[in-house]
Amino acid sequence: MTRKNIVIILIFALLLVLPLVANGLNNSFLINMGTQFVIYALAAISLDLVLGYGAMVSFGHAAFFGLGGYVVGIVAYHMGMGETVFGWAGSESALVMWPLAMLAAALTGLVMGFLSLRTSGVQFIMITLAFAQMLYFVLVGLVTYGGDDGMSVTSRNLIPGVNMDDPSIFYYVCLALMTLWVVLCRRIVNSPFGMVLRGFQQNERRNVNLGYAPMRYKLTAFVISAAGAGLAGALWANYALYVSPDMASWLKSGTLMAMIVLGGMGTIYGSILGAAVYLGLEQALTAWTENWMLFLGPVLILVVLFSKRGLFGWLAGRNSHD
Amino acid sequence: MYLFLEQAMNGLQYSALLFLLSAGLTLIFGIMNVVNLAHGSFYMVGAFCAASAVAITGSFTVAILASIVGAGVYGLIVERLIISRLYHRDHLDQVLATLGVIFFTNALVTLVFGRSPPFVAIPPLLSGAVPLAPGFSYPLMRLAFIGAGVLVAVGLWLLISRTRVGMLVRAGADDAEIVDALGINIRRLFMLVFTLGALLCGFAGVMAAPLLAVEIGMGEKVLITTFVVIVVGGVGSVRGALLGSILVGMTDSFGRAYIPIWMSQLLPPEYSSSVSSSLVSASIYILMAVVLLVKPRGLIPAQR
Repeated sequence: MTRKNIVIILIFALLLVLPLVANGLNNSFLINMGTQFVIYALAAISLDLVLGYGAMVSFGHAAFFGLGGYVVGIVAYHMGMGETVFGWAGSESALVMWPLAMLAAALTGLVMGFLSLRTSGVQFIMITLAFAQMLYFVLVGLVTYGGDDGMSVTSRNLIPGVNMDDPSIFYYVCLALMTLWVVLCRRIVNSPFGMVLRGFQQNERRNVNLGYAPMRYKLTAFVISAAGAGLAGALWANYALYVSPDMASWLKSGTLMAMIVLGGMGTIYGSILGAAVYLGLEQALTAWTENWMLFLGPVLILVVLFSKRGLFGWLAGRNSHD
Repeated sequence: MYLFLEQAMNGLQYSALLFLLSAGLTLIFGIMNVVNLAHGSFYMVGAFCAASAVAITGSFTVAILASIVGAGVYGLIVERLIISRLYHRDHLDQVLATLGVIFFTNALVTLVFGRSPPFVAIPPLLSGAVPLAPGFSYPLMRLAFIGAGVLVAVGLWLLISRTRVGMLVRAGADDAEIVDALGINIRRLFMLVFTLGALLCGFAGVMAAPLLAVEIGMGEKVLITTFVVIVVGGVGSVRGALLGSILVGMTDSFGRAYIPIWMSQLLPPEYSSSVSSSLVSASIYILMAVVLLVKPRGLIPAQR
C-alpha cells in the first residue's frame, strides 16, 4: 500500500460517505456542494487529459461544458412545449440525452481540435479561446432559448428505477459517472496510446522521429476530453436546472485550469481535489468577504510559482505523477 | 454613405484603443515570451485612477497623469513580484499566474474605488463635434482618441527604429538569449518594456474613460480582443499589432453596421436577428481563425 493509494482510497471513501454524513447532520447544503465538486471534477479531469498528458493548453474547454448543458436544456425546452426531438420517445431519458450531449461535444471537439492543432504554443491557447468565444456568442444569440439570461430546465432527465429528484441519489449518479470517467482516463493514460501521447508532451520531435504522427494522437485525446466536459455540462444542467452562456465563458475555462493546477496537473486524481478546493475556497471566502477573489488570486499565483505538484502531489508524495 | 463614413471613423477609434493595448502586449509576448492575461487589468487600473482623479480635481490633465502613473506603478510592481519569476516557465504557468493577477486586481479595485466609479465627463476642450464632410460631423473626443493612437504609433516607431533601447528591443524580439550573452542586462530591458506596456494601457484607460463604461471587468473584455489583434498581426511585432488593430477594429465596426442589414435580406425575420447578433459578436474570432489557418504565425510575425 503506497502513500499514493492511501490518499486515493481516502478521497473516494470521503466522497462515498458524504451523503450519509450530510443526511445525519440534516444538512442538504453539503450534498449540493458535493454534487458541484463531483461535476466540476469530471470536467477538470477531462481537461487534465489534454493539459497534463498531451501538453495541449486548451483555453476553450468551457465551450464543451456549455454545449453539453445546452443540449440538455434545449431538448427539455422542446419537451416542455410538447415536442420531442426528431419524434424520439426517449427525449427525457438520461440514457439518451447524456450520450447525445457527449456526442455533440465530441463532434465539436473534433472540428475545433482539427483546426486548432494546426497551430501550437501561444497560438494554440488563443485559437481554442477564440473558438470558445464564438460558441459563447452563439449561445448569447439564441434568443429563443433565453439569450444572455439563459433558461431554466424544467425537470431532470430520467433513469428507469432511479429517483433523480432525491439529492443524495442524484449525487451518487454523478459520483458513479465521475468514477467511471476516472477509471477510463487512468486506463487511457497508461495504455500504449497514452504513452505515445505523453511522449509528445516530453519531446515532440523525438516522438515524430519514432514514427508517430502527432495529429492523430492529440486529436483523439482532445475529442475524448471534449466528450467528458460535455457530460459534465449535461450533469450540471440537470443539477442546477438552469443553463446560461456563462457556462461557456472564458472565465469558466480559466477556472477549470485553476482547479487542475491547485490539485496537481497530470495526475487525474488531483483534479478531484482541485475542484473541491477551488469551490470550497469560493464558498468559505464568499461567506467571509464579498471580495473573495482578493485571496483566491494570490493563492493561485503562489501555487503556480512555488508548488508545481499541487495538493495531490503534496499529499501523495514523489510518485503522484506517474 | 454616411453610415459607411461613420462606421469607418468608429472603426478607426476602436483600432486606436486596440493599438494602445496591443503594442505593449505584443512586445511582452515577443521579447519575453510571456503570455500576460493581466494586461487588461492595467487598462482598468488606469481608467479607475482617471475617474477618481477627475472626481477629486476636476481636471482631465491631472487624470491623464494619474492614470499613467497609476497603471505604470502597478505594472512595475506586478513585473517585479510575479512576472519576473515566470520568464522561463511554460505558457500554462504564465496563463494561470496572470489569471490570478486578474482575480486579485478586480477585487482590489473594487475595494479601493468601489463598484461604480464616478462618471467621467468629456473635458470641455474636447467636447463638441467637427464637420468632416458636408452634412457629416464627428465627435472631437473620438477624433482626439484616433489622434492619440497615431501619435503613439509614430512615437513607438521612432523609439524602436531610432534609439538604442529600441535597437535592443528589436534584438530581444529576435533572440533574447543572444542579447543576454552580449552583455546586455536583459532583465532590466524586460522590466522597461513591461512598464512601458502598462503605461500605454493606463493612457488607453484615461482616453476611453469618457467614451466607454468604466467598470470592473472592463479589462478582460478588451483583453481577449487584444489577443485576437496580436495573433492576427503576428506575435512580437509592433507593425503587426498596428495592422491587426486596424483589421480587427474595422471588421468589428463594419460588421456591427452591415451584418444585420445583409442578414435581414438573406434570412426570414424570425432567424435573422438572432443569427446576426451572434455573427456580429463572433466576427473578429472568425477573422482570427481564418488568419491562423492560412498563416499560423500571423500576418507579420517578428521572429524568424
